[in-house]
Amino acid sequence: MTRLLERLLLAMLRLLRRRRRAESPPPDPTYGSEPTQSTEQAAGAGRSTESDPRAELGVVAALLGTGVLGLGFIGIYALDAADTQLLGATGGLALLSLAIGLILAGASVFPQETAVEPRPRLSEGREPLEREVAGIAGSAADGVSRRRLLLGAAGIAGAGLGGAALVPLDSLGPNVGETMDTTPWRRGTVLVDDAARPLSASAVVEGSFVTAFPQGADKRQLGSSIVVVRVDPTTLALPAARAGWAPEGILAYSKICTHAGCAVALYRAPLDEQTSISPALVCPCHYSTFDVRRAAAVEFGPAGRPLPQLPLAIRSDGVLVAAGGFSGPIGPSWWSVRREGPTRPA
Amino acid sequence: MRRRIWTCVRLSAAILLGSLALSAIASGDRTPTAGSQTPAGGAPSKPQSTPPPASPPSAAQIGRGLFVEDCSFCHGFTATGIPGRGPSLVGVGAQASDFYLSTGRMPLPDPRAYPERTKPSFTRPQINALNAYVASLGAGPPIPSIAASSGSLSDGERAFALDCAGCHQIVGRGGIVTGSVAPSLQEATATEIAEAVRTGPYLMPRFSTAELSDATLRSVARYILYTRHPDDRGGWSLGHIGPIPEGMVAWLFGLASLVIFARVIGERTR
Amino acid sequence: MSEPGRCESSEDGAVAFVDQRLGASPLLRKAMRYVFPDHWSFLLGEIALYSFIVLIATGIYLALFFDPSTSETIYRGAFAPLVGQSVSHAFASTVSISYDVPAGLLIRQTHHWAALVFVAAIVIHLMRIFFTGAFRKPRDVNWMVGLTLLITAILEGFAGYSLPDDLLSGMGLAIGYGVALSIPIVGGNIGFLIWGGQFPGAASFESRLYIVHVLLLPAVLASLIGLHLAIIMRQKHSQFRGPGRREDNVVGTPLWPGYALRSGGLLCAVGGVLFLLGGLVQINPVWQYGPYETWLGTNGAQPDWYIGWLIGALRLMPALEVHPLGYTLLPNPFFGGIMFPGIVFSVLYSWPWVERVITRDRVRHDLLDRPRDKPWRTALGAAFFSWVAMIFVAGSADRILVSVGIPYTSQVAFFRGAAFVVPVIVFGATFHVCRRLVSAELHPLRGRTGDRIVRRTEDGGFAELDAAPAAAAGED
Repeated sequence: MTRLLERLLLAMLRLLRRRRRAESPPPDPTYGSEPTQSTEQAAGAGRSTESDPRAELGVVAALLGTGVLGLGFIGIYALDAADTQLLGATGGLALLSLAIGLILAGASVFPQETAVEPRPRLSEGREPLEREVAGIAGSAADGVSRRRLLLGAAGIAGAGLGGAALVPLDSLGPNVGETMDTTPWRRGTVLVDDAARPLSASAVVEGSFVTAFPQGADKRQLGSSIVVVRVDPTTLALPAARAGWAPEGILAYSKICTHAGCAVALYRAPLDEQTSISPALVCPCHYSTFDVRRAAAVEFGPAGRPLPQLPLAIRSDGVLVAAGGFSGPIGPSWWSVRREGPTRPA
Repeated sequence: MRRRIWTCVRLSAAILLGSLALSAIASGDRTPTAGSQTPAGGAPSKPQSTPPPASPPSAAQIGRGLFVEDCSFCHGFTATGIPGRGPSLVGVGAQASDFYLSTGRMPLPDPRAYPERTKPSFTRPQINALNAYVASLGAGPPIPSIAASSGSLSDGERAFALDCAGCHQIVGRGGIVTGSVAPSLQEATATEIAEAVRTGPYLMPRFSTAELSDATLRSVARYILYTRHPDDRGGWSLGHIGPIPEGMVAWLFGLASLVIFARVIGERTR
Repeated sequence: MSEPGRCESSEDGAVAFVDQRLGASPLLRKAMRYVFPDHWSFLLGEIALYSFIVLIATGIYLALFFDPSTSETIYRGAFAPLVGQSVSHAFASTVSISYDVPAGLLIRQTHHWAALVFVAAIVIHLMRIFFTGAFRKPRDVNWMVGLTLLITAILEGFAGYSLPDDLLSGMGLAIGYGVALSIPIVGGNIGFLIWGGQFPGAASFESRLYIVHVLLLPAVLASLIGLHLAIIMRQKHSQFRGPGRREDNVVGTPLWPGYALRSGGLLCAVGGVLFLLGGLVQINPVWQYGPYETWLGTNGAQPDWYIGWLIGALRLMPALEVHPLGYTLLPNPFFGGIMFPGIVFSVLYSWPWVERVITRDRVRHDLLDRPRDKPWRTALGAAFFSWVAMIFVAGSADRILVSVGIPYTSQVAFFRGAAFVVPVIVFGATFHVCRRLVSAELHPLRGRTGDRIVRRTEDGGFAELDAAPAAAAGED
């Protein structure tokens, strides 16, 4: 097994290798010295100028090809500019043809040369100079009596100006606390569907999955969209404090995942739970799975909080309305997301 | 795997024998009630009212025979379901049975298996007979008739994005649900789409007419049929599943070909 | 070709024109004689550079047609499934570039492919630098410039992916917003500053993102690329060991004409491959994805590949949140979205210094290591990259693995284990292979392949005689 792996690796290395090189002599540590004759010889420095006439013809052919394909691009653009495939093929092949021409020219027409260049010194042997530069830099303070005071004052100037430069950044966004907890939902807000029609309880059948919004509010707000599902009321396992939040077994949760803010767009609604799996809302981004009967408790996946629940009530005409704000802040978690109490109406 | 097949074969042989005996008994006390069966609305067969004993058996009767043979192990001899094996079929109507049978999702090899789209196990007349039988069990929705071509592509896209894309992916290539998968919709016919939307098979939610009108359903069906060949003006579509194959092409074709190029030109050749 | 003694050639005239006005001849001589070492792996960075050039060229064209506004319009274009739908101007103009602007779709797709290849080339270039020890002094500074370039390139790519306001970009931005909020204590403020309020919601965000994508980050990228190249020019290229190659020289092809032709050929090849992809392979068909709304989501939504490692980390992370005293100190996306890339880049940034401390090697290095000669570094690096790769694969393999019958929940469990086990295996295997490769070279007469004639060189090494078949244990 190891042998086989080694063979494979060797074969791979061999494919990547072009020329064998012997180990070089131990390097001379002096930088910036002119290359000596012997290094040049050892490095194979030299110039070869013989041009291959056939390669020259090849370069000509490649350049002609580029020109023709370029003209083809122009022609296709003039006739049918919407044909992306033909445009891409002519444009791409024109460039590739030019690439082949240039490479052929470099390899077989123009002179090839290996040169040896000295590597520049950076700091080698320059310690005295470095000390001198440091001395010059430090000499600025010569004769200054209140160095610390001056430095401190400069620091204050920098802090003041730097702070002043940063403060306008605050205009980029509102203060976080005010908007995070507010949603359009309040007691009595009518649930409407995607087409703004009031949602009646009878439209929500067991196993169905309805996306609803607060009537008259901006649908795009993070706190607007909810999912409404109906389960058998006898199977509900909501906390005692949420008794009555799910009339007839109809539940509403925020549609925004508490993990990273995607729409919880999957509803796993088993036709026969005994032979499949329990009902749950699932986020398609990272597959956080929320158990609808247990107040959207996280059953699988990375979400750290359940989906906030919206208490529901059925109005006398059968339309679903909210019985209050969400059970907690909607959307992804942040510093003070675990604040107690329901969300406030906007 | 092989073991499971043999178990199935032996089980079904046992059931077959047992059910033959049972159906002989059952047919005796069943015949008088045949007249009270609700006609299978929409099913192609025409159930006769009170068939004379000598006349050829009705579609529902043929269906019952097939049912007892192939379905009753899970759904029970009277189709009232067996807890832990299969749900009751009373009142589900021909809509559900036609969906499951014509997409080959039933019968299942194992009650807990994922019902996958396969070649139907029954011929079309057999499916019709089974549909008639299931419809005869109680009032249930008939096979919907749907004219997808009269739907609006744009309404369909919008409704599909809202209600279906979360599981089936925006161009119907299927996807993942924790614990299962959502199938690709590339082979679904308009009728099957309508049946699935209204039935909510397996783990799929179902959508009532109050929530998703018949007009919207036609549009959704039209959009799904369109996604078989969406407008790929950009070229090779890479299976319509987005950035993953795109990344593979970028690495395995784009970058790889350029590295080979670099390999060719990287060193002096003469 | 101009020969010595031939005067008044066109080159003479041109050079004289420039020199008499700018006095540039000494500079030109230096530039044209600049030596590039001959090795193909030195061209990986150039692939990235030339992809960047394609990005700038195609990006300017797109900017002329794109409308960065979230205000609503009714789509009335040629794509039937969207006709009559309310979409943003950003989305409508992207669809219009794809449908109505002549050659617009070609340029858009080429731009997107170029972005994918750009980051891929940076990553593979980074690996070459790492495994050959090219990050050592004096190139440690440039190593950090390059890492900053990679981060900027990833952010720039994400900004571009987010601009069209289609379903995928909106879902990506929602996750980005969630990750920003997850920064301890100040996350909410940072998220609000970047997004101008909650996402979605703030109308100013799209135009802000646009300026970031077309001005701010490209300017940063261009400046860093300039700095990166300037430092290389000052230090000159590193080189592999070889005959006549020493720490104090550079052996290779001068810029003019040999290298200029090769590099120009590579530029054309990059452009050619990218335009071929742009014309023949569809990428990000936004018209099929449709517009984004807060309440919409599609299964199988994925980011471009260079964000995939973060998606993998977000998915693998168990549902852990740290919330002392009712405050959420560490929301879950922090681990995958901030901490994981933070660890990866911290390791990469600090590696030159870490290695210097471990090896106590503080001298300047201009000759490169072959990976096998530094088995510890090579094995550690391979383990590190395989760790990132496992998490990357976890973010994208779901679909493929589910289709072969492996449930998603089992996959998560598997990858959680694999992310820790695979690097250990890779470390051991790499270390072993490096050792074996080196030992096979040290005893060439005892090599498995036989039939080789070697000569002891003056400095104690071995050199193979030409007559021997090229079946030796491989060298770079």
